[in-house]
Amino acid sequence: MNDMTLMEKTVDTQKIKIAAKDVNVYYGDSHAIKDVNVEIEDKTVTAFIGPSGCGKSTFLRCLNRMNDTIDICKVKGDILLDGEDIYDKRVDPVQLRAKVGMVFQKPNPFPKSIYDNVAYGPRIHGLAKNKAELDEIVEKSLRRGAIWDEVKDRLDAPGTGLSGGQQQRLCIARAVATEPEVLLMDEPCSALDPIATAQVEELIDELRSRYSVVIVTHSMQQAARVSQKTAFFHLGNLVEFGLTGQIFTNPEDPRTESYITGRIG
Amino acid sequence: MTDLSQNTASEPRKHGGSLLEQTPRTKKRNAAEKRFRAYGIAAIAAGLVMLIILVTTIVGKGTGAFQQTFITLQVELLESKLDKKGERNIEDIKKVTTFGYAPIIKGAVAAAVEELGIETSLKPKKLAGILSKDAAAQLREYVLANPDQIGQTVEFRFLASSRVDGYMKGRVHRESIANDKNISPEQLDLVDALAAAGVLEKTFNLDFILGADASDARPEAAGMGVSMLGSLFMMFVVLALALPIGVAASIYLEEFAPQNWLTDMIEVNISNLAAVPSIVFGILGLAVFINYMHLPTSAPLVGGLVLTLMTLPTIIISTRASLKSVPPSIRDAALGVGASKMQAVFHHVLPLAAPGILTGTIIGLAQALGETAPLLLIGMVGFIASNAPETLADGLLSPNSAMPAQIYEWAKRADPAFYERAWGGIIILLIFLVTMNTLAVILRRRFERRW
Repeated sequence: MNDMTLMEKTVDTQKIKIAAKDVNVYYGDSHAIKDVNVEIEDKTVTAFIGPSGCGKSTFLRCLNRMNDTIDICKVKGDILLDGEDIYDKRVDPVQLRAKVGMVFQKPNPFPKSIYDNVAYGPRIHGLAKNKAELDEIVEKSLRRGAIWDEVKDRLDAPGTGLSGGQQQRLCIARAVATEPEVLLMDEPCSALDPIATAQVEELIDELRSRYSVVIVTHSMQQAARVSQKTAFFHLGNLVEFGLTGQIFTNPEDPRTESYITGRIG
Repeated sequence: MTDLSQNTASEPRKHGGSLLEQTPRTKKRNAAEKRFRAYGIAAIAAGLVMLIILVTTIVGKGTGAFQQTFITLQVELLESKLDKKGERNIEDIKKVTTFGYAPIIKGAVAAAVEELGIETSLKPKKLAGILSKDAAAQLREYVLANPDQIGQTVEFRFLASSRVDGYMKGRVHRESIANDKNISPEQLDLVDALAAAGVLEKTFNLDFILGADASDARPEAAGMGVSMLGSLFMMFVVLALALPIGVAASIYLEEFAPQNWLTDMIEVNISNLAAVPSIVFGILGLAVFINYMHLPTSAPLVGGLVLTLMTLPTIIISTRASLKSVPPSIRDAALGVGASKMQAVFHHVLPLAAPGILTGTIIGLAQALGETAPLLLIGMVGFIASNAPETLADGLLSPNSAMPAQIYEWAKRADPAFYERAWGGIIILLIFLVTMNTLAVILRRRFERRW
């Protein structure tokens, strides 16, 4: 990681896609996220870093209400997507999740064919009128997932038969197939080898042109490589949020500095 | 555990010992391991021995039921006895009861004895005693079906009486019949002679598998067919009710229900229900379905309902286990692309859990098929002595029996010939159970998915 080049990374200011205001998350009695305020920009990669258990994944899962599936999880505060509160009673989480796609830590393709994996989202949302349109969506998504060339000859093969890196790119293709506006990635490379990681990181950079990408990562190098903005979480608090170059070279908070220099973690 | 407790007294290990020699401690540990393996092998061997004893006993005692002794006779259907008016009016012919057919049978046996040149001091009545009491009924049935055959001589294959059958199978000896009024040594001499002449022979008896039950006096005519039908009806009811109810309940509990004290209590109670003795379900069925709802007794519908109650916990538990074994990442993946909870369950989770659900259902059905106690309480021990088409047991609401209940009935009866049939029934029941369990194993192997 070359700190000097990071400083020179150009960052254009984009419009705010997601705004979180005073978000608190409770798991039963434990207070997992404390008063988090953060603004996530469109067409930007935002990285959440921090030690294990600091709440960054929890916060990420609040952004598309995946935490709804956990009974004891309570979310307080406002999370606005394009100015609309996603925790409003009128919001159907199903519609929200079509807008805010998610890629998980462990590649989790459905035990179905590669084609069906990608086609599932468009099918349930009725995005294709006929088979030809669906084929088109599948091809486009697989191309965006940078995996088309590797699988185009075996779309009927099971998705679970691919290698780990291919599976994760398939999952990304599946996530982009529903034309989301925001893509959440929860440690997408933690189960991948360095080569697959490099491929996925390259892909994330390409995705930036269309989506707002939020990525949770344990690897600070990865955060520095792929993101324009970085948020540092510690013990449920958002300690520092700013331009990636700023955070990694000239952090304001002593805790951030300790973490990125490896003294706490 | 023992190793740890011994550690307290141990000294620091001395350096420099040879690896080629075992320390006393290692020796002791290895010996313990060997002993444990020996115990395990002994336990398995004991189990296998029991199994072998069980199977050989069942097969040894039961195979006899699948064979039956038949006597082939030429019977002259005398018009003077069967249709005195000679008008072939079916109503007149029906007036002749089975008693009216007895002389014809006596005559047929006597004729056969004479024709074969067998010398015997037996009177015609005793001669006919080697035939089953079923013979007259068989004859009458034939005549009613073919009145035009009256006056002709027709060849019939009659069942031999259970004593004769027992003699042919080695169950009845000349010594054992000393006080038996149903058979005499002279009759056995006649049987030997007829067997030598080929008139009397022991063959495979399909009627044991497909036939109806018979009264106490003629064990040779009893069969499993009607009770098999009853079991089939019940399994149909169980499958139609327990599978959808069980699967729906488990999907709701596993995927949708909130985690609170109520669902916890339901869960505990389902586990408890699975352990409730089946006779409790029987008395519950008696109280609710028969005494309160006034459903007919001995009906497969009631039996099926009771067995459904009994099978539901099994199906729910196994379905929940197989739903649980589907990794949560699959649900996350489906929810992540915007599937609703129901879509996630029905498109992804349920297909993956299906083999497990199917296995659980088949095992539950097999359990229900072999259940006896609750059936006794609701009267699923109907005595139906006729087979299709004139049988009473023609539907879910008509009286019937079930295979295990039929076996119990036979085992209760005095005649040792019924005892043999009880063992034969066990063989048939076991064939069903083994087939179902094998099917469950095959399905599980075939469709099991590994992640």
